[in-house]
Amino acid sequence: MSKRSSWALPYLVFLIIFVVLPLLLILMYALQDAEGQFTLANVMNFFSDKDSLCTFAVSIEVAIENTVLCILLGYPVAWILANKELNRSAVTIVLFILPMWINALMRTLATAELFSMLGFTLGKGTLLFGMVYDYIPFMIYPIYNTLCKMDRSYDDAARDLGANGWQVFWKVTLPLSKPGIASGALMVFMPTVSTFAISEFLTNNKIKLFGTIIQENINSSLWNYGAALSLVMLVIIGITTLMSNRSKASGEAAVI
Amino acid sequence: MKKLFAQLYVWLILLLLYAPIFFIVIFSFTESRVLGNWTGFSTELYGNLFHNLIQQTGTGTLTAAIWNTLIIALVAASASTILGTVSAIGIFNMNARRKNAMMFLNNIPMINPDVITGVSLFLLFIFLHVAQGYTSVTLAHISICTPYVLLSVMPRLYQMNPNTYEAALDLGATPSQALWKVMIPQLRPGMISGFILAFTMSIDDFAVTFFTRGTVGLDTLSTYIYTDARKGGLTPELRPLMTLIFATVLVLLIVINIRQRRSAAIQKN
Repeated sequence: MSKRSSWALPYLVFLIIFVVLPLLLILMYALQDAEGQFTLANVMNFFSDKDSLCTFAVSIEVAIENTVLCILLGYPVAWILANKELNRSAVTIVLFILPMWINALMRTLATAELFSMLGFTLGKGTLLFGMVYDYIPFMIYPIYNTLCKMDRSYDDAARDLGANGWQVFWKVTLPLSKPGIASGALMVFMPTVSTFAISEFLTNNKIKLFGTIIQENINSSLWNYGAALSLVMLVIIGITTLMSNRSKASGEAAVI
Repeated sequence: MKKLFAQLYVWLILLLLYAPIFFIVIFSFTESRVLGNWTGFSTELYGNLFHNLIQQTGTGTLTAAIWNTLIIALVAASASTILGTVSAIGIFNMNARRKNAMMFLNNIPMINPDVITGVSLFLLFIFLHVAQGYTSVTLAHISICTPYVLLSVMPRLYQMNPNTYEAALDLGATPSQALWKVMIPQLRPGMISGFILAFTMSIDDFAVTFFTRGTVGLDTLSTYIYTDARKGGLTPELRPLMTLIFATVLVLLIVINIRQRRSAAIQKN
């Protein structure tokens, strides 16, 4: 059986070519000027470029708001769906995932169109609503999974020991579902920062998110600056992943 | 009372989620070129859609985009199912340290946002002087889909009783017979759900396709919709198309659900 481990070799080569090398290329292009000479100018440019910094701040702000809204609106859904007493009529998790089968751009365009028809001006509000709408399934699903896997006898034990409904939720259910919230947040936060097209459609080009300026730079052949912006994103991805891993680890430790 | 409130909340969120989709479905039954403008019931857009699908087949048409989407999704999903399954078996047989290293690499494409994956692959194809088009998009899709296939096959390997494979060998099967007749059948459910996941991801992908399709005029449904919307005004025929896709998926899901319930009922008896 042990020879079987060599079966993963082709994939290792594939991963090195299509995952590791491309990421190194981002680093390489970010640290080069157009002639291929080493320079820190691209990265420095980002920190001195007001437009980029502004877009960056707006993206982070929108992403935080979106993540918080997804948790606030999505957690109750996941909790109700995972609760057998409250969810006897077969409303399944599938219904929440089904919209993802319709092309995301098409859905976004329809959302924007619907907003205009209802008389809302396209801007920050519609951007947030549309983002929540696009990303909430990614929040509901992991929380639902954690809640389903959770041992219900903890609830019973808390109740037996005299906790009321709210106390059971705050002190037992919520802390135990932290890993689900963490993976949900990871799946909502980063994609929101880096989204492009969606933000343009939802705000009629009024608000740009970070993904859009990366795309604009790459498309106008400013590869080096585009790569530098991508590098900034990669650093943030690293940080958020580490943070969510830590909260997941502490969540798991809490279970033990 | 609490139950009613809970039900109401779930249905309200569902209603919000589905509102834009119903919006598209409703306005697929009217002739108006502009979404949101009702000009009376008509199935003309459906007629136009089918007419276009048969008549207009050149590059840059909706028909070409649909075919590209389907072909790329089929090739990418098949390739990543094979690659993912073979690698899952390999990784499963590794020692803990190597296993962790492989899983770490495997997780990178899943954590990376689409834009970063798109840009990084774009730079890769530039760096290696690979002409961008069908091949680059398909390779890119394989690289974003395979991690998900691997993750859906992996749990099956852990659930599998390793003795069945050994038993097959003891009973005289060659290793390849044991693989095909014992192992693969047990992995099949994981492979199927991995394939479906890969297929939908490929169909739905926009950012990675956008960066790796090059300048040869290759369009998938996503990039077609994007270009179309930027030109101002969405091709009205997309409305019936989306309605049909939605209806197909809905019917498929209902069929799967009924079959699952039936087989669960049979198992109970």
